[in-house]
Amino acid sequence: MFDITFAALAAQVFTGLVLGGILVLMAVGLSLIFGLMTVVNFSHGALYMLGAYVAFTFLGLTKSFWLTLILAPLVVGTLGLLIQRFLIRRLYGRSPDDPLLLTFGLSLVLVESVKVVWGKVGLTVDPPRDLAGAVNLGFMNFPVYRLFVVAVTAVVLIGLWLFLEKTNVGLIIRAGTRDPLMVRALGVDLGRIWLLVFGLGVGLAGLAGVLAGPMRGVYAEMGVEIIIECFVVVVVGGMGSLPGAIVAGLLIGEIVSLTTFFAPKLAEIVVFLVMAAVLLIRPSGLFGEAGLAE
Amino acid sequence: MIRRVAAAVAARPVTSVIVFFAIFPFIVPHTSLATQVLTYGLLALGFNLLYGYTGLLSFGHAAYFGLGAYGTGMALAKLKLASIWGAMGIGVAAAVLGGLVAGFLCLRRRGIYFAMLTLAFSQLLYFIAFHLADWTGGDDGLRGIPLLPLGLPGFSVSLRTPFAFYCFTFVVVSLAVAALKRILDSPFGAVLQAIRENPERAAACGYDVNRIKLASFVFSAFFTGLAGALEALRLTVVPVEALYWSTSGQIVIMTLLGGAGTFFGPFVGALTFLVLEERLSRLIEWWPIVVGAIFMTFVLFLPRGIWGTLLARIAPARG
Repeated sequence: MFDITFAALAAQVFTGLVLGGILVLMAVGLSLIFGLMTVVNFSHGALYMLGAYVAFTFLGLTKSFWLTLILAPLVVGTLGLLIQRFLIRRLYGRSPDDPLLLTFGLSLVLVESVKVVWGKVGLTVDPPRDLAGAVNLGFMNFPVYRLFVVAVTAVVLIGLWLFLEKTNVGLIIRAGTRDPLMVRALGVDLGRIWLLVFGLGVGLAGLAGVLAGPMRGVYAEMGVEIIIECFVVVVVGGMGSLPGAIVAGLLIGEIVSLTTFFAPKLAEIVVFLVMAAVLLIRPSGLFGEAGLAE
Repeated sequence: MIRRVAAAVAARPVTSVIVFFAIFPFIVPHTSLATQVLTYGLLALGFNLLYGYTGLLSFGHAAYFGLGAYGTGMALAKLKLASIWGAMGIGVAAAVLGGLVAGFLCLRRRGIYFAMLTLAFSQLLYFIAFHLADWTGGDDGLRGIPLLPLGLPGFSVSLRTPFAFYCFTFVVVSLAVAALKRILDSPFGAVLQAIRENPERAAACGYDVNRIKLASFVFSAFFTGLAGALEALRLTVVPVEALYWSTSGQIVIMTLLGGAGTFFGPFVGALTFLVLEERLSRLIEWWPIVVGAIFMTFVLFLPRGIWGTLLARIAPARG
């Protein structure tokens, strides 16, 4: 029925893995922030986009991809700290809808500001020279840069896991997700933890933007496109669940990539159908616990 | 003076809407802006039923607006239906059906998920409309919607002049406003607000909370779809952006600017937003930054919106 080679299919599976990696980086931050402070950060996509633009400028200034890879997420993460401190914090104790609305407004401001600063036309970023070209995997050739993105995602996730499981701060974060009231009663200043986690999550979004730039181009609407996919990932995986974000992110990445291959027109639609199916069969998501902030 | 007027308006909302929009076209620079305020006011009103009165934040109301618009437009342009009433009926029916399906699925998750799910479903419809170009015109939008004369018992009226179309919109919106008022004043309306305030207690009182939420969602889709139907006739074209998430965002902005959970708020919000957009977009290219910043200011400091803040000032906290 389909005249396809194994190599072409394998390439598509790998592409799905790369896309999934970007989605996982985004969804993990979104989920971490939500799990701890029941804030849905609508501006997560806009900050991802900002990461890509900041990286573009840093690449021009420093000429070093490696420096940019470290610095741009730090800049975006710092902005995240400011957003948490001066905007989100004002909404403590209000309906969980309010931070969502506020960050929606913020994403409008960010998207338009980027157009003013960097222009309305999208930009292209070349993959760094060290990572240019393709590598022969035995059965196919695959761009080195994309393998690098998968590797970075894996390293970051392992680092995050170690941070959450093996450090004291990680312990507090996990405890704060379970029962913030009890953690506070034990004398922990959760305000600082919330600030830290928001900065961390937003920094991860920035990193995802930096990584995505050379593959998908840099344009103002890139954040909006990915935030909706991330919402789907989070609904499928279960909000507040890190394994859920990882599994669902990779799943959605593969589904998009493979549908693009077999039926390009359906690629955007199929994601939502998967979501609807999960909702019908398992409303709390693959890894979700019912009741979290509902 | 302002207080007295506001108090009178709050006491008789339906009459006030009718009186205000009877004068309105004569005080704005052009009639099409007046029609737009009416249509978008109805749109925000439909959204407000769900968000302001039932406490469910939908970020996907573009879906029902778009379904109303495409349903009406396709009935006239593709099915060659000869009646405006019939076409509007098809549009509204499409919106209600869409609301029923999406509402059923989205209400399987509560709280903050609901906003994300409604957003996802509206994007699903957007992509479907985008790719079904044979039916919807795809990226170019649905074109070729004829503006037929309006059939009334015994005679028909041409809607070709902006003022005639304003009058038509005025009558439809007034009827819708009266219907909404009737819904809100009914026991059902009271339960909606009870659910907004305390869903657990409403459930304990024996109400099937999820079913009532779904009913609210469907009613909301009805009014939103009606606004879409009017918009399709006003523009005689349906841009695919009608279904895009940014339309949902505009609905949210308008309602919150005016005041969610207040009867007149959505109209105040639609008027403010459209005037702001018209003025600002002429002056500066980056006007959405200003709109976004104003919206953020409202969320932070004036969560009751313009009209809600005014109302709170007239009637200081009772009891």
